[in-house]
Amino acid sequence: MADEELADTIAGFALFADLSTPQREQVVDVFSEQWFGDGEKVLRQGLSGSGLYVVLDGAAAIRIDGVDRATLRAGDYFGEISCLLGEAPTADIVAIGALRCLVLSSAQVESFLKANPNVMYRLLQGEARKVRTTTKWLS
Amino acid sequence: MQLAYSLHRLGVEHAALSADDAPGGMFRKWPLFQRMLSWTKPYTGFKPGSREFERHDWNSLAGDEPAHRGLMASVMDGTSYFPSRPEMQRGLELFAERTTLRFRYGCRWESTGKDGNDFVLKTSDGEYRAPRVVFAVGVAQPWKPLTPGLEHAAQYGELRPVETYTDHRIFIIGKQNSGFEIASGLLPLARQIILASPSSTKLSVNTHSLVGVRARYVQPFEDSVLAGGVVILDASIEEVKRTADGFDVHVRTTTDKPIQFLVDDVIAATGFTTPLRDLADAVGVKTFGQSGLPAQTHFWESISTPGIYFAGTINQGSKGLMKHGIPSNSGACQGYRYNARVLARHLAEQQGIALEKPTIPENDVIPTMLREARFGPELWHQRSYLARVVSFVPERGIVDEGVLPLMYFLDDGRFDGAAAITLESNGHEDLYPVVYVRHDGRIHETRLPDDPFLNFETTQHRTDLAHALEPLLSPSLSQPRT
Repeated sequence: MADEELADTIAGFALFADLSTPQREQVVDVFSEQWFGDGEKVLRQGLSGSGLYVVLDGAAAIRIDGVDRATLRAGDYFGEISCLLGEAPTADIVAIGALRCLVLSSAQVESFLKANPNVMYRLLQGEARKVRTTTKWLS
Repeated sequence: MQLAYSLHRLGVEHAALSADDAPGGMFRKWPLFQRMLSWTKPYTGFKPGSREFERHDWNSLAGDEPAHRGLMASVMDGTSYFPSRPEMQRGLELFAERTTLRFRYGCRWESTGKDGNDFVLKTSDGEYRAPRVVFAVGVAQPWKPLTPGLEHAAQYGELRPVETYTDHRIFIIGKQNSGFEIASGLLPLARQIILASPSSTKLSVNTHSLVGVRARYVQPFEDSVLAGGVVILDASIEEVKRTADGFDVHVRTTTDKPIQFLVDDVIAATGFTTPLRDLADAVGVKTFGQSGLPAQTHFWESISTPGIYFAGTINQGSKGLMKHGIPSNSGACQGYRYNARVLARHLAEQQGIALEKPTIPENDVIPTMLREARFGPELWHQRSYLARVVSFVPERGIVDEGVLPLMYFLDDGRFDGAAAITLESNGHEDLYPVVYVRHDGRIHETRLPDDPFLNFETTQHRTDLAHALEPLLSPSLSQPRT
């Protein structure tokens, strides 16, 4: 897919919704596109060297100790916690069918978020929702 | 050529076709400014032709015998450790001569079909059928985005003789190596050079990898920061208009500021694409990204079309782990030459050819693995991508499985009771060895120390590796030895 089309695609994702066209083009330029086949692991539980992934097309399972816990779809992102904490992922992420993602290496996440405060705020909102869900589940 | 050589050595029947008229391929024409970006160091302390020398030689194809190895060192004139374009061409010609490889040159692949289990290739020399086909057609077709007016811009490969750019204002779209290569080449002649693209420039010396602009082309960057006339902009290109005496280029910076430039020339260094002809429509090969790379498994087979494989720079489509965001070196000779060798072994196994997998005496496991980390060229050039694998098989002992894709080792259930050693970088420290041990269905990762002299055979390395291998080795061997 050409960069212009990708920039249009991510305009519909909550994470990038506040960005202008040149900023979205920069996102597409800074992130790289990756494609995964059915069953292929995107991240591996306990292994170092993560990244921030945004699902463009397809779906992926969050698998912990071999058990699928949730499904990620277009517009969802993952890997951010291990990037922010500098730790290995706590789950396998496994493609369900063909999966296409944008990827930013963990080393670039800090500078990218600082340069794009609107994305940082959207990401914080996402993390807040996850905390809320977990709190509800625990209570 | 590397794959054909490796298949030949393993006794795998194959036909090798090339649209070129002779060995040398794209190096008969490119790089544009006539010198490679990849080095071959003449003085390394190791003899050209030795396995250890390959770490310092990024340009020779990987032979199995000394007479086939390290050939680039023998054709370079010593004025630079980056070979010139004619030297690179000569190196490939020499490899072809010495190895007496049989290629059908001047044979153009025209279309693809499927008939039962066979793929059918129609070529300028007739029809070829095979159940497995490997495409090594490069990623060298210049590509332009659909920006209005960009059709007026010259592309990499379409530049006029350099002297015609004398005293010109030149707008280069793209800030990767090809853009900086052109800027470096025109720097002595141009009045002003503007380089623009949305994302900021990365330099390889900062990323500790081949990601980013290589040091060879960094002079325009220095010119820019010292206000010498080069402008480097983070901006998207909105429109290019032709004027009576040049071009009017409209850009918008990433801070949303519109800027207009009046220039004499516009050059699009906007990347390259993969000439896959009808592979998507005819046999369903899936591609991704701006370069149209085919999505590939860890053995470089199309994810969507089993039986179609890829070799050469197209191997960039098999991303591997990309740990810490650092890609493999599959886009360059020093990386893909080893992929081809691994692929040849994989294809040989597919054809029922038994591969030699020697056993390693238990006492030698630790020294062997550390020696690979220190000198194994596959590990040096394909970090976090290829690994040396040893398996601990009760009925055979310790088996050298050879060099394999790291992803295959980690994700394929076939290896349990096995270890893989590789080299890795994290983008900000020196490289270091990493050992992965698979035992009882779990994978344990151990980082071994880095070393300022890149010596990974120290006592500390032996101790740490012994500790990592504890679940696999007998207790007496997992004690440190000096």
